Amino acid sequence: MNIAQVFTQTLKQSGKKLVVLLPFSWLLVFFLIPFLIVLQISFSESRIAQPPFTDLTSFVDDVYTISLNLFNYIDLYEYDLYLSGYISSVKIAFTATTLCLLIGYPIAYAIAKLPPHTRNLALMLVILPSWTSFLIRIYAWIGILKQNGLINNALMGLGVIEQPLEILHTPIAVYIGIVYAYLPFMVLPIYTNLVKHDSSLLEAAADLGARPIGSFFKITLPLSVSGIVAGSMLVFIPSVGEFVIPELLGGPDTLMIGKLLWSEFFNARNWPGASAVAVVMLLLLILPITIFQRYQAKDLEEQANEH
Amino acid sequence: MASSFADDKKNVHLSISQVVKDFDGFKAVNDVSLDIYQGEIFALLGASGCGKSTLLRMLAGFEKPTSGDIILDGQSMLDVPPYERPVNMMFQSYALFPHMTVEQNIAFGLKHDNLSRPAIANKVEEVLNLVRMTEYAKRKPHQLSGGQQQRVALARSLAKEPKLLLLDEPMGALDKKLRTQMQLEIVDILEAVEVTCVMVTHDQEEAMTMASRVGIMDQGVIRQVGEPVDVYEHPNSRMTAEFIGSVNIFEGTLSKDESDHAELICDDLTVAIHASHGVVGSLGMPMAYAVRPEKIQIKRRAPDQPCNWAKGTIKDIAYLGSHSIYHVELANEKIVLVSMANSDRWSEVDDGPRLSWEDEVYVYWADDSGVMLNS
Amino acid sequence: MSTNKTNKLSWAILLGGFAFLYLPIFILIVYSFNESRLVTVWAGFSTKWYGELFEDEQMMSAVWMSLKIAFLSASAAVALGTLAAIALVRSGAFKGKTLFTGMITAPLVMPEVITGLSLLLLFVTMSQVLGWPEGRGSLTIWIAHTTFNMAYVAVVVSARLRELDRRLEEAAMDLGANKFQVFIYITLPIVAPALLAGWLLAFTLSLDDLVIASFVSGPGSTTLPMVVFSSVRLGVSPKINALATLLVLAVAMAAFIAWWFMRRNELQRQKEIRSAFSQ
Repeated sequence: MNIAQVFTQTLKQSGKKLVVLLPFSWLLVFFLIPFLIVLQISFSESRIAQPPFTDLTSFVDDVYTISLNLFNYIDLYEYDLYLSGYISSVKIAFTATTLCLLIGYPIAYAIAKLPPHTRNLALMLVILPSWTSFLIRIYAWIGILKQNGLINNALMGLGVIEQPLEILHTPIAVYIGIVYAYLPFMVLPIYTNLVKHDSSLLEAAADLGARPIGSFFKITLPLSVSGIVAGSMLVFIPSVGEFVIPELLGGPDTLMIGKLLWSEFFNARNWPGASAVAVVMLLLLILPITIFQRYQAKDLEEQANEH
Repeated sequence: MASSFADDKKNVHLSISQVVKDFDGFKAVNDVSLDIYQGEIFALLGASGCGKSTLLRMLAGFEKPTSGDIILDGQSMLDVPPYERPVNMMFQSYALFPHMTVEQNIAFGLKHDNLSRPAIANKVEEVLNLVRMTEYAKRKPHQLSGGQQQRVALARSLAKEPKLLLLDEPMGALDKKLRTQMQLEIVDILEAVEVTCVMVTHDQEEAMTMASRVGIMDQGVIRQVGEPVDVYEHPNSRMTAEFIGSVNIFEGTLSKDESDHAELICDDLTVAIHASHGVVGSLGMPMAYAVRPEKIQIKRRAPDQPCNWAKGTIKDIAYLGSHSIYHVELANEKIVLVSMANSDRWSEVDDGPRLSWEDEVYVYWADDSGVMLNS
Repeated sequence: MSTNKTNKLSWAILLGGFAFLYLPIFILIVYSFNESRLVTVWAGFSTKWYGELFEDEQMMSAVWMSLKIAFLSASAAVALGTLAAIALVRSGAFKGKTLFTGMITAPLVMPEVITGLSLLLLFVTMSQVLGWPEGRGSLTIWIAHTTFNMAYVAVVVSARLRELDRRLEEAAMDLGANKFQVFIYITLPIVAPALLAGWLLAFTLSLDDLVIASFVSGPGSTTLPMVVFSSVRLGVSPKINALATLLVLAVAMAAFIAWWFMRRNELQRQKEIRSAFSQ
């Protein structure tokens, strides 16, 4: 081998390595390591300085000491606020995800039943609102739900109610906000799953004596479980940590952990405390995230097998 | 499957009468009438897009005829939805439910018949036994081979003891070797349970092997119905002659038309074509003569007969193992195909050296070898 | 069969769904032309809020800042995300592939507060240890946005790469193209629509991000969502309605152009197929 060949050889190999190495190291530095730092800082003490937390390690008199401070976690447990914050976050996210599924599944199903050329248009119409600002779409509901907002004005104008309904700054408004913002994330994976279904399976079910309703529950629904799981996780996981929606639509008593973390960080300027909140939230979400990734991987595998 | 249905007229079990299916102005099925007898295996044979699948789907109830009627066992099926029809289908893709085991797939239809649990279990066992798949009862479809999947699909469609069984391209998803084996096996099973069966296929070999009668379909119309032998030996039109097997067609004009024979003057040949059967037609009308490659003989010397021969040159020999196809070019560049069994080819051709490219030969055939076709 | 009844039901579902998705946006637009400051009482047509919007210097400079960051982070995300997609689909097995796959899909669902907080703490630690980045501002926002955007791009592009018929690339290699040429002349043109889609997605996501930017931004680098948020927190303002209307208009126009191009290509293709057959 001459030098030129060796050179191109190394270039080829390093080129291949670079393809993996570049994105890999970027994610390592800017996605994975930050979590380790969060974990580390959650064990330190808050102080009034820049940065506002203490070092875990010290090097005094030739002795290297690591002090792990568990107070932040004890605080989380001791203060009712955090515990009920976690519980109510999960509750709200779960309810909202269920609502999203109940609304999103029929929409995905109806789109999958459309003729192919209208299908894409309908799908685009579902996704399109997500391309406008999330913040502004949540903001739109303030005007609709508030005390002298559109719904109350309309209902009072029609004489259905005499006193305006209290909707804004209640959990109901938060549910509406989450369902509204995350509906496309539910519809999309379910649609992708449903549209792949082999129509001859339904014909076979009808042929064997199943009525349309029966075939739906015995064939279509079980076969769309992976779409349902993916959609539910795409809604549930970010909802648990949602900040904007409870902040704008929820009331002072709508406890959500994302909001608590935000105020711990920005208002109380307690960085270690906020880190502990984040670590516990992450632990809480590890199971759903694993489920999501497993289904994602399974789906990718199926796709790979088709080709 | 030689039992002759044309002779002993059995009960008409399924009657398709004047059925039309119109898709936005395109008549996929155009005025088809057909009687299927009790217990027979009937094959609808045609190229893709000929309307055979649409007809099958109307029998299953997935499509509704635009006009006409489908009467099964004396009852009109028009207003019976698929899930209430006593008709079951084996789908081309098998359509086995991927999330259910073999057992559950077969039990699916039975559960809709309000049978008791033990009755269902018994029936499942029975049909699994029939298709020899008992040991695979707990498997999921993706754990089975193509042939095994097909057996399960067949078992599932037989479990409800339908009055009519439909097979949609039954061998479409199998490789060639497995096909031949499964064809015979399925026919055995169908005959054992004595079910009336309509199948759809584009593969003439499959239709000939499996069916007691064949219907040739083209452009939404049934062109010819008959036992495989009849359809092959006596095609009633150029379309059926060309569709089933390969065939040499000579075009010409009718020069003699008697009750027991007819003659054709053909530009491609120096002598007339003589057929030992009469035709419906008038002298001078254009006519075609069809003769199968295996009915033509090949020789180095001129044959000793006044009609039905031609002189040409061998342009190509396709060796197919059991037999070879000779492409013989006539004077005006018309190619005649001649098929000869390879066991014959060494000895029989005038004791000369074996035939080769560019050899001058004569092709000839007997009076009753081909048929005159006027359409 | 009751196909008609099911059809009606499914149309009702779709109409209901679309009404739910679009009515709030429609109301937002209508009230942007309201004379009154009260967003729910109609007091006559006016475009004065648009005027006020354009005179709001803080808002305008935030728009500029957001567009700049969105453009740069979308571009970087497409480059990194495409590499990640190739690594994911084409590199076969390598050490740490499970971790890699996990890191690509996790940002899609990770709550923003966690991502924001963790990146901020990283930047603080880095500037302590390495002295870089010196402060927080548009650079740190750019890094943060590139990180979560590359995950989206990787997912979009890898889906397209998986669909790509490998035989095309093999055919090109068979005809003498080397791996680099195959990538430039075959792979890239075929996945180009996915790259464009990924870029647009990344651009809008970056333009839209409030939470992560709030954590990692510093003084002097205020993005549009941050300005909108602080205004919205104080209550409804017709100025925001006007901004929303312009945003919706831009998105609708982009969507229409995309749809029109796709449709034109499809019609052209069908015409060509027809004429090819009629020859």
